[in-house]
Amino acid sequence: MNLKPSGDNLFKTLTTILAASAAIILLITAYTLLTGSLPAIQRFGIYFFTGTQWNPVVGREIFGALPYLLGTLVTSGIALIIGVPISLGIATFLVEMAPKTFRVPISYLVELLAAVPSVIYGLWGLFVMRFWVIDYIEDPLSSLLGWFPTFSGTPFGLDVLTAGLILAIMIIPTVSSVSREVIQAVPDSIREGAYSIGATRWEVIRHWVLSYGRSGIFGAVILGLGRAVGETMAVTMVIGNAIGPSAVPTSLFKPSQTMSSLIANGFLEATPASLELPAYMGVGLILLLLGLIINVIAHVMVSRVLKIKGGAVE
Amino acid sequence: MDNYVYRKFKNNLFFVLCFLCVIIAIIPLLSIIFEVVVRGAPQLSLQFLTQPPSEGGIGPAIQGTLILIGLTSLIGIPVGIMSGVYLAEYGNNKFATWMRTFNDLLTEFPSIVVGITVFTVVVLSIGSFSAIAGALALSIMLIPIVARTTEESLKLIPNTLREASLALGVHKWRTTVSVILPAAKSGLITGTLLAVARIAGETAPLIMTILGNQHFFLGFTQPMDALPLRIWRSALQPSAAVQAQGWGGALVLVLIVLSLNIGVRLASQGRLRR
Repeated sequence: MNLKPSGDNLFKTLTTILAASAAIILLITAYTLLTGSLPAIQRFGIYFFTGTQWNPVVGREIFGALPYLLGTLVTSGIALIIGVPISLGIATFLVEMAPKTFRVPISYLVELLAAVPSVIYGLWGLFVMRFWVIDYIEDPLSSLLGWFPTFSGTPFGLDVLTAGLILAIMIIPTVSSVSREVIQAVPDSIREGAYSIGATRWEVIRHWVLSYGRSGIFGAVILGLGRAVGETMAVTMVIGNAIGPSAVPTSLFKPSQTMSSLIANGFLEATPASLELPAYMGVGLILLLLGLIINVIAHVMVSRVLKIKGGAVE
Repeated sequence: MDNYVYRKFKNNLFFVLCFLCVIIAIIPLLSIIFEVVVRGAPQLSLQFLTQPPSEGGIGPAIQGTLILIGLTSLIGIPVGIMSGVYLAEYGNNKFATWMRTFNDLLTEFPSIVVGITVFTVVVLSIGSFSAIAGALALSIMLIPIVARTTEESLKLIPNTLREASLALGVHKWRTTVSVILPAAKSGLITGTLLAVARIAGETAPLIMTILGNQHFFLGFTQPMDALPLRIWRSALQPSAAVQAQGWGGALVLVLIVLSLNIGVRLASQGRLRR
């Protein structure tokens, strides 16, 4: 044993400890949020997850996180409904259709979307996109379908729809780059077989390529969902920041609140000596659990497909 | 024949639709850059870049962001690289597989949750919002990204290089530090700079760690301003002049982030592109 050089052992121990840093950080985070939120969750019990009131006045405190959970789910859902088809279109275009000279510049531009800081999206959403949404989407929809509950209310631009749209833009780089990899991983023999029986390019993509890669594409979509759920600043700036029962996202044209925007807006102004801070931690805990579940699923789905890719290449 | 014409039409239709998707995605990017330049550029002046907000400038915010980038790099890059070294060089076991998974999970962590954790662990225990807390929060976001790119760059180094060095009697740790890491240098630099560019614009975890204020740097354990925070707070002010300052700050931030990003990618010429 003594023959083993001690420098090696030292180096290995050091890197092992540092490699564990991610796990340690995750554990500390989970522990912090759990103990931090315990007072609020113990006091309000199941109401904390199903209630809609948010009142930090000491003595009459009551905290229910349901509207913000719904806000997160609804805005992320809108982001997926709009962002995923666009991302798949981009991925398909890049792999199957675009002339070689355009591929690199286009994928480069799409990836730049991911480099823009989220506060810049928020600024742009607040001062530019908001008015596009009012003029071209909300006003027409409201005058045509205003009788329908989903489209009720006066279009103001700072609402569920705008937040969902900005999230849709923000998940495009993630979803399109992962699904591009998945589509690239589809073996050429599949395409050749399909072309040889006379399928058009679109039919090859639709019936063979996309269905062959569907579990990987599903993983890409879930990864995009994870991004949308965790996104904070851009949403905070355009969602209108409602609080309490009125934050329940019953209409697209209504101000609402997501879990992350609630924390970003309220955390610093939490009433001292009340249970408000523990309540924010509880919301953070729900967000953490939701994010972990989503990312574990995505991780499993995507890594399974990339293993197939590894097998096909080697 | 009609069926053929219909199929052909459908084929062309989807070609056009997919192309439209690309256009739809690029419009926001161009619009963001256009608006930031058009609304931000008139703000730029020496005074704007160097004076505190009381004089109509964003000097402290720029200084704060640069300090944060420096401190975060100082903490996050060594930890991230060492962690990536373990995953690449010793990572052929169950422990490493788990650590890799945790690392991936941490990469996709909601950033606001990181803020809450650092607030509880650091801010509450030293009793003040501080530059150090902000840098720690950003490091937590930087470490997993750096670890990942380090692992990927090291795996690209051919095994013959390791074997050659070990055959000469060089210790494994020395091989890693003096042969493998230098060989992977350009990949490491590219990946690390891209990671730094990505966290430089982070806002959410800064809210409850550095708080933001109007002053130039007061000390590592004091609150500090940063560009993303300044942009956010300015945007929410009713005064058009303050909002304009926000756009000026946005231009500076976009210049820092995008020039890092584009510069690194051009310099590496798609080395890291998968």
